Amino acid sequence: MTDELSTEPELEPELEPERYELHAGPAFHFDIARRDFFKTAGGGVFIALALRGSLAQESGGGQRRGQGGGMPKEIGAWLHIAEDGAVTVYTGKVEVGQNIRTSLAQVVAEELRVPMASIKMVMGDTDVTPYDAGTFGSLTTRMMSPQLRKAAAAAREVLIDFAAERGKVERGELVVADGRITHAATRQSFSFGSLTHGQRVTKVISDSVVTTPADQWKIAGKSALKVNARDIVTGKHQYASDIKRPGLLYGKVLRPSTLNATLASVDLRDAEKLPGVTVVRDGDFVGVAAASENSAAKAVNDIHAEWKTAPHPPSRDLFDYLRKNPAQSQRPEGRAAFTAGSIEAGLAAGEHKLQQSYTIAYIAHIPLEPRAAVAEWNDGKLTVWTGTQRPFGVRSELAQAFHIAEDKVRVLVPDTGSGYGGKHTGEAAIEAARIAKSAGKPVKVVWTREEEFNWAYFRPAGVIDVSSAVSGEGKITAWEFHNFNSGEAGIRTLYEIPNQKIQFHPTRTPLRQGSYRALAATANHFARESHMDELARLVNMDPLEFRLKNLKDERLRAVLQATAKRFGWGKTKPAPGHGFGIAGGFEKGGYVAMCADVAVDRATASVKIARVVASFECGTIINPDQLKNQIEGSVVMGIGGALFESIEFEDGRLLNGKLSRYRVPRFSDAPSIEVVLLDRKDLASAGAGETPIAGLAPAVGNAIFDAIGVRARSLPMRLEKPIARSTRG
Amino acid sequence: MPNVFELIINSTKRKVDVDSDRSLLSVLRDDLDLTGSKYGCGEGQCGACTVLIDGKAIRSCITTVGSAAGKRITTIEGLEQHGRLHPVQQAFIDADAMQCGYCTTGMIVSAAALLAKNSDPNTEEIIRHMEGNVCRCGTYPRIVAAIHKAAKAKA
Repeated sequence: MTDELSTEPELEPELEPERYELHAGPAFHFDIARRDFFKTAGGGVFIALALRGSLAQESGGGQRRGQGGGMPKEIGAWLHIAEDGAVTVYTGKVEVGQNIRTSLAQVVAEELRVPMASIKMVMGDTDVTPYDAGTFGSLTTRMMSPQLRKAAAAAREVLIDFAAERGKVERGELVVADGRITHAATRQSFSFGSLTHGQRVTKVISDSVVTTPADQWKIAGKSALKVNARDIVTGKHQYASDIKRPGLLYGKVLRPSTLNATLASVDLRDAEKLPGVTVVRDGDFVGVAAASENSAAKAVNDIHAEWKTAPHPPSRDLFDYLRKNPAQSQRPEGRAAFTAGSIEAGLAAGEHKLQQSYTIAYIAHIPLEPRAAVAEWNDGKLTVWTGTQRPFGVRSELAQAFHIAEDKVRVLVPDTGSGYGGKHTGEAAIEAARIAKSAGKPVKVVWTREEEFNWAYFRPAGVIDVSSAVSGEGKITAWEFHNFNSGEAGIRTLYEIPNQKIQFHPTRTPLRQGSYRALAATANHFARESHMDELARLVNMDPLEFRLKNLKDERLRAVLQATAKRFGWGKTKPAPGHGFGIAGGFEKGGYVAMCADVAVDRATASVKIARVVASFECGTIINPDQLKNQIEGSVVMGIGGALFESIEFEDGRLLNGKLSRYRVPRFSDAPSIEVVLLDRKDLASAGAGETPIAGLAPAVGNAIFDAIGVRARSLPMRLEKPIARSTRG
Repeated sequence: MPNVFELIINSTKRKVDVDSDRSLLSVLRDDLDLTGSKYGCGEGQCGACTVLIDGKAIRSCITTVGSAAGKRITTIEGLEQHGRLHPVQQAFIDADAMQCGYCTTGMIVSAAALLAKNSDPNTEEIIRHMEGNVCRCGTYPRIVAAIHKAAKAKA
């Protein structure tokens, strides 16, 4: 298993096993066009940041993902200061609502000493940005932000050299501020544009550049509004689904009758007779193009297909299925358990033993912008605009699907209508490109919401068995934890337990599954922190006190205590019908703790989260308000998985695969949310878009128990009604 | 069968030659290049496609273009007047009430409809009115704050 406590932030972590969609996909990239771009980009100053150990890898290329080789390492980022002083930053990362367009611009502005507004961020365009494995794993702030800071700091130093030479002064006497370099004694002042004019400097630097310490930051470390907010509120921003091209046609794809059906036969004649409609059949793929989406949908309805179906397990048998169907191991060596001490000895040493199982449903990401792509072919080159978290991954998928070189494919990712881990693949891009190839015109494919439910992938369902023992004084002596299918992220515990066995068991899966915001950290935290609460009750200890008694990790202690303090834990009592719960954890460099005040209506068995206090620590804070925004959003999104979201299926069909049948959090579900940020300027910044969501479900579940004495061990936590009066209130 | 309709969009008359059963949303987006209104669910459940018809917030994905003919349609593109943002638009920027921004235009149009009939709604009224608009990024508390802010700015 990977060591989640790695202290080496420079190394990209190995992909987690539950990123099923990535392990399944194509993996090679040959990074060919980079240096050509340097040659053609015109004058000014170019700074490219070479990642550690990559300067020798001149030929580029990558290693296969998920085989322990890590990710391709070469140029991490580059930055250009044009002859007119304009600053352009190029990164392969994409904006999906996590606000990195803003926070990355902030750190560059900080190091270059220029106003944020003067920076243009070019993101996720495979022809002009450096290769990037994808925007996932909360790695942008942890990996890309330091790279851009170094590139910007190096650019600043080059400009200082120019100014010293131009002004014939000591470089140490020069001050950089507001996009100018000034020498006070001689009253000389140079704009960046005047310094870069007529220059043509290309510099590849290593990652040893010294950057400005966080406690001296003036732009970074402060709240900044979303840089393109005006385009969003006016509707001017064009998402992939808004892109239009001359002669654009609208594409639709024929979908199987059930989730596991395959095409037996198809009659295209009626559809082909329709005026202005192109019908494409290529193996099992059948698609159409027409002048409007409506005409395309009607044409698909005129296609008569026969499908071969096969038995498919229903969702009511899901957890039994997961236990009984181990996967053919994804890796030859299987998934090793993490062990410490002896479980048998630990169980024997405890005064109280507890064995419980927790289940986690499949849930859908439902990014409000469904999968969308516009594809066009020009002289054998394919250009695709699409919403994805992996522009280079989608480029590989396209190159492979069409048997063309990667430099014949350009993928552009406009800021996207969210992803939450659900947009790592290029289905719509491939479909649009295939139809466009036959139609001879640009084609747009926008998935309907029902298509998104049925043909994207889900957060993995899972079963977690926990077996533990605790001493009479409240010290945990044994901790055995088995996760079936849901995943490995956040599976390890930070509590001090001498005897541990922790294992992830991949299983076969009835539904297509893959990454979801925070991966399995939500499931593993739910099981762990619910179980911790159960143990605390078993030894009659306050749940916070019990946690602290078994915890040395200072950072987790700090967030738990900060949350408890703001919440008034132990100081106030729940109102009638209410309960309080607490939970905490660690994942992807961030520490989270939440307290929840939850009201349960016994008659309707409905749960209303009244108040959540969330504290979070992810090292140095780059943009406090945007960080707060991410944490608030995690709380609200987490309510869905905690209380209502669950994909149900039978006979190979989803029973609730549309928004009218699948409840997502709405305005009235949002509790009062208070966020406590712990800023650790002595520590490197980690990402924050994912980890906070893992804290919500266990805090709510523990509060439900506190309110009514009923333990909910399944996500979503749906209570049976009515709740008997006899249970503890 | 193709039909010619006159639509009054953002105070401008626009003629379109489209099937009357097409959704107003698809005509706005695909035929008139007004892509600020978004598709989110196609069944009126998410509010991303919200436009005003005669001042009332409606879901354009489940409204046929035929039924909207001759009525006053306002889309997000029509809220900004002479380069001045509508108070709700400005308040969304100031309150940072967005993440991915895909739901934002529908949220703003819905909120504008609310403020047009109730210039100073309380939080409960805001929630009740906005309940049909979904933000998957979970920025609801910020959107409520933005609407309060816009109400103050309008007053």
